[in-house]
Amino acid sequence: MYFHINDWFPVLLSLRVALIALIAVACLGLPVARLLARREFHGKDVLEAAITLPLVLPPSVIGYGLLVLIGKNGLLGEALADIGTSIIFTWWSAVLASTVVAFPLMYQSAKAAFKSVDINYEKAARTLGAGEIRIFFTITLPLAWPGIIAGLVLSFARALGEFGATLMVAGNIPGQTQTIPLAIYFAVDAGDNVTARTLVAIITVFSFLVIFWVNRWAKRQNY
Amino acid sequence: MLEAKFTKKLWHFTLDIQIDLDTDILVLWGPSGAGKTTILHCLAGLSNPTGGLIKLGDTVLYSSEDRINVNTRFRNVGYLFQDYALFPHLTVRKNVMYGLKCKKNSNGSLTAKNPLELLDSFGVGHLVDRYPRQLSGGEKQRVALVRALAVQPKLLLLDEPFSALDKNIKDTLRQEIKKLHHQWRIPFVLVTHDKEDAEFLGDKIISLEKGRSRDVTMQTISC
Repeated sequence: MYFHINDWFPVLLSLRVALIALIAVACLGLPVARLLARREFHGKDVLEAAITLPLVLPPSVIGYGLLVLIGKNGLLGEALADIGTSIIFTWWSAVLASTVVAFPLMYQSAKAAFKSVDINYEKAARTLGAGEIRIFFTITLPLAWPGIIAGLVLSFARALGEFGATLMVAGNIPGQTQTIPLAIYFAVDAGDNVTARTLVAIITVFSFLVIFWVNRWAKRQNY
Repeated sequence: MLEAKFTKKLWHFTLDIQIDLDTDILVLWGPSGAGKTTILHCLAGLSNPTGGLIKLGDTVLYSSEDRINVNTRFRNVGYLFQDYALFPHLTVRKNVMYGLKCKKNSNGSLTAKNPLELLDSFGVGHLVDRYPRQLSGGEKQRVALVRALAVQPKLLLLDEPFSALDKNIKDTLRQEIKKLHHQWRIPFVLVTHDKEDAEFLGDKIISLEKGRSRDVTMQTISC
């Protein structure tokens, strides 16, 4: 048995799913983290616990919850059915699963990063005439950047490795929804060690390079 | 020029302050925890008084009666922070130009004085491409002063400007601030716990203890 050209499909799909999930997680996580980092209100603890929940729940629980959400009678499922589509058992639901499980990691890292920015920098910018959006993009975000990068790397890694929830909502359809973790599991299950080994090697080397590069980059960002 | 009469409830006492200032230097003198910084914050709009009136020139900045509370960015108040709060990720040049960029976008007009010339007049013109971490304490303060003055404020607030400096540089900078005040002819409000600072710089001194002003406005000889 050889590593076939079709066996590259899980690699490309995994990258695509993880990248889209990463963008979604960044777009959702950064504003939420910024809003909650410096604000105290009633029920904040409850909200934060809910945000962190996907990190600690078993993936099968997330998977079940998503099935309920995007299934035929689910909240999102019905809305999608109204516009004549469904994402269940498509790779878009793999994106959804990855986004949900990666979100807490992005949120926690970004919140810590925003909190670490000395509030006096923001105040100084305000006295110099800067508006809140300008302050966010020119002061807060650049200063929080190393922590945010860490959050992005963790989220990407989590999204890339997502297995349980993905299997439940996207299924294991080769050439359609089969990501690397699923492909490895089912290759081993079928006794196809060549495919399993190759995919394991690819994802290991890739993850190593990403983390190595990010760590080196972060080292140079010391103010 | 500056007319302020306001109260601010803090958790252990209530600040009650009355300021009537022409183009002089007012020193707020008192032990730490007396509410000095809070007064500056209220003047700059970084925190809100409980009630009262703040007027700078003909502009009402805050009035609890008329429900006016001008945003910090539109107050035209320069603020020198205790630790200077120079943006660590920007060069000296970008730090002092920061306020101008905001101004240009909001009014369409560039302010008169070039901050880079201002840097020269403070003897730190050669440092434009350095980052704040590469500056000494005295250099940081000069850069922070230029940054605050670059936007042509109508009032300058200085929070413990000498607390982070050695004795010998302190004397030089005290002289410089006095000279600066003669050139700019705008009201300065300076916070300090150092009696020497207060006596050297203050045209008027308000001594604060737990928010109450003791022996208000004792005149001192100015040079």
